Parts: sequence; C-alpha cells; structure tokens
Amino acid sequence: MSELDLAGRVELLERMWLIRAFEEKVSELFARGQVVGLIHLGIGSEGSAVGVCSALRSDDYVFGNHRSHAHAIAKGADVDRLMAEIAGKASGYCKGKGGSMHIAAPEVGFVTATGVVGGNVALALGAALTSVTTQDNRVSVAFFGDGAGQSGSLHESLNLAALWKLPVVFVCENNGYAEFSPLSAHTVVERLTDYASVYSIPTVTVDGGDVMEVRRAAVSAVARARAGEGPMFIEVLTHRLRGHYEGDPAAYRELSEREEWTVRDPVARFRAELEGAGVAADTIAATEAAARSRIASAAESAVAAPGPDPEEATTDVYAV
Amino acid sequence: MAELSYRDAVSRGIAQEMRRDPNLVFLGEDVAAAGGVFKTTVGLLDEFGPIRVRDTPISEQAILGAAAGAAMTGVPVIAEIMFSDFLAVCFDLVANEIAKLRYMTDGQVSLPIVIRTANGAGSRFGAQHSQSVENWCMMIPGLKVVAPSTPEDVIGLMAASVRDPDPVVFFEHKSLMATKATIPDGEIVDELGKARTLRAGTDITIVALALMVPRAMAAADRLAEQGISAEVIDLRTLVPLDTRTILHSVERTGRLATVEENPRLCGWGAEIASLVAHEAFWNLDAPIVRITTPHIPLPAANNLEDATIPSVDKIVDTIVSEWA
Repeated sequence: MSELDLAGRVELLERMWLIRAFEEKVSELFARGQVVGLIHLGIGSEGSAVGVCSALRSDDYVFGNHRSHAHAIAKGADVDRLMAEIAGKASGYCKGKGGSMHIAAPEVGFVTATGVVGGNVALALGAALTSVTTQDNRVSVAFFGDGAGQSGSLHESLNLAALWKLPVVFVCENNGYAEFSPLSAHTVVERLTDYASVYSIPTVTVDGGDVMEVRRAAVSAVARARAGEGPMFIEVLTHRLRGHYEGDPAAYRELSEREEWTVRDPVARFRAELEGAGVAADTIAATEAAARSRIASAAESAVAAPGPDPEEATTDVYAV
Repeated sequence: MAELSYRDAVSRGIAQEMRRDPNLVFLGEDVAAAGGVFKTTVGLLDEFGPIRVRDTPISEQAILGAAAGAAMTGVPVIAEIMFSDFLAVCFDLVANEIAKLRYMTDGQVSLPIVIRTANGAGSRFGAQHSQSVENWCMMIPGLKVVAPSTPEDVIGLMAASVRDPDPVVFFEHKSLMATKATIPDGEIVDELGKARTLRAGTDITIVALALMVPRAMAAADRLAEQGISAEVIDLRTLVPLDTRTILHSVERTGRLATVEENPRLCGWGAEIASLVAHEAFWNLDAPIVRITTPHIPLPAANNLEDATIPSVDKIVDTIVSEWA
C-alpha cells in the first residue's frame, strides 16, 4: 500500500481523469437542464478524492457530503449509475430518489452522502463503531469541507472518535471558501488542524494539488486507524475550480487566485509529473481520451434513460 | 410472574434483546456505569460489557450519528437521548439523516435504530426537561413512534422496536417510572401499530397515550358515575397508527375525545381528529373534543405544572361540559 509503481500511478491518473470528465459533463448537462437539483462539482479536488481512496480497501467505508461525486467515483462507484442518479433516472443508484447531494453506492463502500454540511461526519463514527464491535478491521473516512469545520457535529465527532479511539480518518478538504465567503469570514482559527489537535488527534496538512502527497498521508492515517491507534485528521488544501454550485459565477474570488490554482490543478500536475517520470505521451493522452469517452457514453445513457416509475415515490416507505 | 416497575422493565427489555442479538449495541449519556439518570439501564454494563454498552459524552449529534452509521453498516443500535427535549439538539440526525437515509438511497441501506428517550411532565423540571414531544417525531416521514404506558408494554414494544428494520423513537414517560405491574416471565414480544382497548364503553371513545392512559382510565370511572360509558384506547404507537381500532370504536360510540400531553397546536390528537372527521363523520353525534396541554412552554412550579398537564379532573370536566 505504500509506494506505487509507474503503472499504479497511471491508474490514479485514469481515475482522476474519470472524475474530471464526469464533473465537466455534469456541468454541461446542467447548462442544458438535463440533470436535476443543486449541483456542487468537485473539479479541482480530484487529487484529494483519488489520493485518499487509493489508500483504502474496497470494503472500507466512505461518507461523503454535498460535493461528493468525486469521492464516490474514487471509491469505485459505477459512473453510469452515478450519472443516471444525478439525472434523476430509474437506472441511478437510488433510482433518482437521492440526487446529486444524496448519492450512495454502499456496494463499493461509498456508504452515503448527506446534503447537510457536517451531517455526514458523525455517521462515519458509527461505521467505525461497527468495525470495533465486529472486529472486521475496516476503516471509515469522512470527507467534509472547511465550511463544516465550524459545525458542532464535527467537534462532537472529533471528540468521540478520539475518546473511543475509533478507526476514522477525517478528511477536511479546505478549498478556502464556505459557500460564498472565505474561511476568514467564518473563523479566526487559521489552521483547521487545530480543531483536531485540541482533541489530541494527530494531523497533517497536505497539498491537494499533489495526489501522491495526499496518498502518502492517507496511507499512514489508514494504517494507524487499522492498527487500532485511533483517528487522524488530514487537511487537504484544495480548490474549487467552479463556484459553490453550478450557476454560481464565484465573482467573490480574485482572478489571480483562479490563475494560481489553474497552475496547481491536480490533474494537469500529475500528468506532467508522469510524463517527466517517463510515461509515454500517447499513454497519458489515452487516459484522458478513455475517460472522456467512458463519460460521454454514461451521459448519453443517463439522458436517454427513463425516469423512475411514479410508484417509486412511495417505495422504501415504512412509517405510515 | 413477577412484579416489575416501568423503570426496571426498560432494562429487562433492553437485556432481552441484547441477549438475542449479540451485535446489538447500546449508547447514551451515563447509561453504562451510572445505570441511567432514571436508573432505567442498571446492570446492562455488567452483563454485556463495555464494547456493547457505552457511555458517551454529552454529544447528542455524535450519539445519533454513531447510531446511524453503525446501523447502516450492520450493527443495530439502541441510543438513549436522556431527555426528549434534547432531540432538538440533534434534530438533523433525527429528521434529516435517520428518517430519510433508507428512502434517499432507494433501500441500499437500512437503519435498525431505537432512539429511547425520557418524555413528559410531572417532575417539575420546567420547560426544557418536561416536554411531551412525540408529535415532533410523528410529523417526520421515516420515523416510527412508540410510547408505552405499562411495564409489560415497555418490554414488548421495546422488543418490537429493536426487531424492526427501521428507526423507532421510543418515548418512556418519566412519571410512569415508578408504576408497577405483574408481568409474565420469559420473553415478551409485542407488535407495533396495535392500539389496545383497555375499557369497553358505549357513549364516547377516549384515546390516550403514555401518562394520559391511567388518567383517562380514572376519568372513565368518574364519567361512569355520571352515567357516561367511556371506551378507553391506549394508542401505544403513533406511527404506525392503529386507525382501525380508533374508527371501529367511534363507529359504535359516536363520540371522540383525545387526551394529549403534547401542546395543542399540531398535537397528535389533531391528526386523529382529522382522521375521524373524514372517515367516521357520519358516525359522529357530537364535535370531537381535544384535551391537551395548552400551547405554552411548561412552567416548573407545582401548582402551575399541575394546572397545565391534563388531569383526571380536567378530562372529566371537559367531556361533561361539552356533552350535549
């Protein structure tokens, strides 16, 4: 699980391209009115999603937030069923009953996402409690943003995870903005890792533009959790290359900041890094082409697929 | 057969289910070493050990989050929220997560959780520790709602709630803790969604829940002295609601009174009044009567609290005064 050979790294790039292509396609479909609801894209955070999930076993648990298409794909979710879900179709993971903010693919360990900021973090404690109770040696990951840092749920969860030494990895994707305002408008705390340190949880801050750096941190956190040594908090400095949600022009951001992050784009960076390491240009180009073709096909199927049967509105209803 | 208090029935009910399912976990504030603030969980830590019976910090969101995440991944949980008023502290978990995850995921996950909580007035604890909030949960799609009135029902409905694959909020009434009854030995398992007719009558149907059940029964005795024959139904569960028992009774008596401890606006009696007004309108001989706590925050002083919560006198007086 530690260092990846070149072929393994190319696989990471493939996965990152799959996410990038997926999110760009969702943006396109949104502009055409072909996906439903509020759409929060993870363009720019591929390094975080892929870096962390590449350190996990397939039976480890991931809990996502409102911006979790990337996390689900990184954990192995099927892009056809995911795209169909976002398009509100019967072939979606949740038959269109969840939508973009409430995706779930538990069969690959992406247990669920929740649309309430901070609401998913405590759920990861529970999956970890399952691991401790059944001694199945799995690790749970909660992905959340800097905006969740100020929520009570996060602090309760950090404290309990530390107290019970639960096998949880807290992954804070700090993109510098909570909705439409910078982190400085939300807290005077400068380093979000301080939140975890106060509960005696070890922390690390990594550059989300560098997938291998994220992965190294995750490998170490996961090993620690699996060994029964308790939780860890990884702050991934990342960026939203889009607005808070599709339709948000993100006029609050400085142009220079966008330019800086375009340079630090995790996908472009990793591609250049692999080229430098000797991977043939054709091979690299093929990773992008394959991803775009795969996603084009997923989008085509999703758009063409029928919506759920109206009777689906009242299935999985048990309390009436 | 043994005499058992409502309080001790809680721990017997939990223990019965923890023996049956070795994966079942129980969490809450001071539930393990201290045996619960109402001493409802004494002995569970000793029998089942610290992996399965866990004291938590005062962190209601973490408690219910942990319960939800564990339940979704195969470990069913009983989670205690010490006072039902504190459901408001973790209502995201109650209303947005636990109630909705099975539906939102199209059944890819299920949440076998029982949220146990101490409900109701009578202890002079004031507005933040005395509320009856079963109606808060009744209005959320995706929650089952249970409120037993007797020790035997505590055990039987606890078993039914634990064995249910979906989330149940289980309201234990603080003022019933000391009540006792003789109950059978061995396993007791009941069924959700079944009301119980405790007293047959011909003139009016009185529907009650939890602490209001013994008061409705006492009121029925007093009404009988005045020549009014009241049928008393203990709802036992609000969701699922046993509409059939209510409607069949009203079809025979022609009158309905609900006795609710929750405050008046959007109390569960309003839902039953709506049901009966629609389904049994032509059987009604008189307007439906709702006897509730007034729509106020609860006071602490003895005389104020007593004047606020429906009493036997208030039930009798209201029914008699509205008799036409």
